[in-house]
Amino acid sequence: MNDIMLEVRDLTKHFPVSGSKRQVVHAVDGVSFQVPRGKTLGLVGESGCGKSSCARTIIRIYDPTSGQIILDGQDITHLTQRQLIPLRRNIQMIFQDPYASLNARMTVRDIIEEPLRAHKVCATAREADELIYEMLDRVGLSKEHANRYAHEFSGGQRQRVGIARALILHPKVVICDEPISALDVSIQAQVVNLLKQFQEEQGLTYLFIAHDLSMVRYVSDEVGVMYLGKLVELCEANEIYDHPLHPYTQGLLAAIPIPDPQLARAKTASSIEGDIPSPISPPSGCRFHTRCPRATPLCSQVEPVMADVGGGHRVACHLFSQCTP
Amino acid sequence: MDEILQVKGLRTSFLTSTGEVQSVRGVSFSLGKGEALGIVGESGSGKSVTSMSILRLLASTGRIKEGEVLFEGKDLTKVPQKQLWDIRGGKIAMIFQDPMSSLNPLARVGKQVEEMIATHEPDLSKQERQARALELFRLVRIPEPEKRYRSYPHEFSGGMRQRVMIAMALACKPDILIADEPTTALDVTIQDQILKLLRQLQAEMGMSIIFITHDLGVVAELCSRVLVMYGGMVMEEAPIDDIFHRPRHPYTMGLLASIPNIKQDKSQRLTPIPGSPPDMTNPPAGCPFAPRCPHARRICMEQMPPYTQVDPTHRSMCWLLTPEAPAQDNPFKE
Repeated sequence: MNDIMLEVRDLTKHFPVSGSKRQVVHAVDGVSFQVPRGKTLGLVGESGCGKSSCARTIIRIYDPTSGQIILDGQDITHLTQRQLIPLRRNIQMIFQDPYASLNARMTVRDIIEEPLRAHKVCATAREADELIYEMLDRVGLSKEHANRYAHEFSGGQRQRVGIARALILHPKVVICDEPISALDVSIQAQVVNLLKQFQEEQGLTYLFIAHDLSMVRYVSDEVGVMYLGKLVELCEANEIYDHPLHPYTQGLLAAIPIPDPQLARAKTASSIEGDIPSPISPPSGCRFHTRCPRATPLCSQVEPVMADVGGGHRVACHLFSQCTP
Repeated sequence: MDEILQVKGLRTSFLTSTGEVQSVRGVSFSLGKGEALGIVGESGSGKSVTSMSILRLLASTGRIKEGEVLFEGKDLTKVPQKQLWDIRGGKIAMIFQDPMSSLNPLARVGKQVEEMIATHEPDLSKQERQARALELFRLVRIPEPEKRYRSYPHEFSGGMRQRVMIAMALACKPDILIADEPTTALDVTIQDQILKLLRQLQAEMGMSIIFITHDLGVVAELCSRVLVMYGGMVMEEAPIDDIFHRPRHPYTMGLLASIPNIKQDKSQRLTPIPGSPPDMTNPPAGCPFAPRCPHARRICMEQMPPYTQVDPTHRSMCWLLTPEAPAQDNPFKE
């Protein structure tokens, strides 16, 4: 049995810019990480940093420009869509917007049944019904909900339907693309608890994408921070919050509003100034140097490489690389 | 503190094909001069409708059914439209969640700010208006204001667009700024920049702010007093520290327990609030939170609880706080 469930090596995805032959959007640029079986890797970053593109490339909604995607020991980078069909049972996705990701013309039963039908899992309709009812029960909905349409449900309930659809095939890897961002605070915790419960019961491996850093820390074993298509820091979840090294991670953490007025008043760390640059022509050298409070001339010339600074804490920043001249 | 705005017994409904949606059901509060008041609630709690009712910016189906909004001795729910136009954007300004849909995509941003000045101060010359608008661009810290003045909204990032909106709102030096989730669509780093800007502007100009948000963290950073809304009503009202450290309503407590704090033990489950918010076409007869409340009793389902004054600045709408409430299973009487 392979202990690494999902691995990407040097994953790159560039999108063409309409009206231009030479320019490309550098959505994902040389991202590498491993997710061990039954663990959760959280990916965080500002909008436009490439975290969703990364997820969609892994699941081969987009074809990667270069790099490798290895799912449970098998390289799936160059498989055709037809060859991918049987593998899709093992890798499923939960989407951000529970309003847009459910077909308004299908009942909840049809929505959850579709993966079963696509993969010809059940011989009879009765068998399918049993699986659907069991799944509904496990996500906290009831049998009576099966014949209703998505518009009859609240955001949290819809997200439960989305989870049921993703998990009915018993996948090994689930990619959660901001599954709670569109939900109310009191509902977010319900959905996160549900995801955790499934992980414990079935040993699921999650790639959890979010911009809510406090929730990411809670659900993840490891956290990766992305900036303009690059992974800039990757380490154990608590470590990244307790000892962030990359100036971008530090700024990102300083920007989280603290839900405690006393701590909020005492806050001294300063966050990041300015806006994220265009991914069409990203800055030279370290991509963060234009906003970095500690940038040196070297940062604008040489791109830092990801290096282990001890204890599996990896960071791409000249401040921490030993080989700095 | 001097009160600049008072809302008394406000009720607002929307008449829809499925019935009357009772979005706001008897909201009262006051806003002090120079104060930053937070209104916290989930979607459908009535927080935005409350703020829209203050300036009568309701959709055509919306009706203010009862209540008063007192500002400078006038009831804004009754003043003629013409007077209201002067107040809107003049003495009371508003910024919204989505800066893109609030800006005109076909007009240069500088022009849009100028237009605002021209509406409220028609006597100024063109040069004076331009100078004022540029000054506002500098005030909201838009880099290279002379250059950006001639840009269109689509050339701006979300954070920069929100700065333009704030510049427009501040054009006439309002006494009150109503900010309806101004940072929800923005990244945390940009949100932090905007919150910092609002804090600085409030200190510089001494205006009052009503800040509407679903994010308790944002409230903690900006506001000195908070209203917690649920089901169209104010569940609890207290100074900021009391809300976080001495909450006196099960809903507030539930909200606080749903957010993982920095020290959260990962092996432990979060404690969510079970169920979902009430349907406002047919709100519960009793406390709106009772169907989801872990401490609810029969009286909570049947009768609306009265407000209990926990101390002079802290009130909460919960049966468990009343003198006759039993001590058993009562988080407030242990």
